[in-house]
Amino acid sequence: MQLRYWKVRPYVLTAGRTRTRQPLLVHTLVSVPYYDAVFAAGLLPEARSLYEQARRTARSVAELSAVCGISLGVTRVVVDDLAATDRLLVHTDHDNVDFRLLERLRDGLRKLA
Amino acid sequence: MASASLPDSPLLTSAKIVIAGGFGVGKTTCVGSISEIPPVNTEAWMTAASETVDRLDPGIDKTTTTVAMDFGRLTIGPDLVLYLFGTPGQPRFWPMWDDLCRGAVGALVLADTRDLAASFPAVNYFEQDSDVPFVVCVNLFDGVLHHPLEDVRAALALPARVPLTACDARDPSSVARALLTVVEHAMSRTPRPAAGALAAR
Repeated sequence: MQLRYWKVRPYVLTAGRTRTRQPLLVHTLVSVPYYDAVFAAGLLPEARSLYEQARRTARSVAELSAVCGISLGVTRVVVDDLAATDRLLVHTDHDNVDFRLLERLRDGLRKLA
Repeated sequence: MASASLPDSPLLTSAKIVIAGGFGVGKTTCVGSISEIPPVNTEAWMTAASETVDRLDPGIDKTTTTVAMDFGRLTIGPDLVLYLFGTPGQPRFWPMWDDLCRGAVGALVLADTRDLAASFPAVNYFEQDSDVPFVVCVNLFDGVLHHPLEDVRAALALPARVPLTACDARDPSSVARALLTVVEHAMSRTPRPAAGALAAR
């Protein structure tokens, strides 16, 4: 992974927050519902980097954190902020794994086994 | 704005299986062999500088290890993605486990029969501190099962309700079968939906 050194401290981006409005798990998928270049240009570099990376395909919070070189905790807070204004779409996870999901996983894995 | 209803961004579902086990049992290999993206590591690799902290068995030829978690991605269908998360092996990263396991379908605990003790803490964790269904899997390092699975079960003091299997972490289809065991075990512990509930989806 390419290491990047961001110019500001993490707490500047999060304003000291560590909690998010909605649960964002490491595998929660995030995407950009409609891309707005003007909006992107006005973002802080870190937030912009997350926004751009989620643009093409839905990516998990952990993936975004890794490709942008932003720690998981900061990624969560910034993603949550962008989602609060509908700039990012959070594909809400089943907090409780349901039977139908397991069936789909089983059928998918059988094809690979 | 009703962004969720836009046709170009259908709601996707992601699921997660945690790959756990002791230090050096092959978690990264396991994730890497089946992942469609190169395993992503959220932190750096262990370098020579940390060798005194993270001691590797001198007999085991391993030059890098996972410092934090690494993960892989597997597209199951157009709207379903499975993520595999390898747990950090070293005890000092244990606080991350609860976070990693939240919302997981299940866990695959890898074990190396040359160093079973390395996987004791992981087995303990899933047995006592977590509700995530787990399967223990012997990693066949040379492609050979050196000890009968019943002996491994006894050595790990694994109760009968925990499935025990074996796989070759380098072989994608072998890993897929091990993951299948995890999903089937999770299914056996999940109540089937009522017919009406299924129709409503």
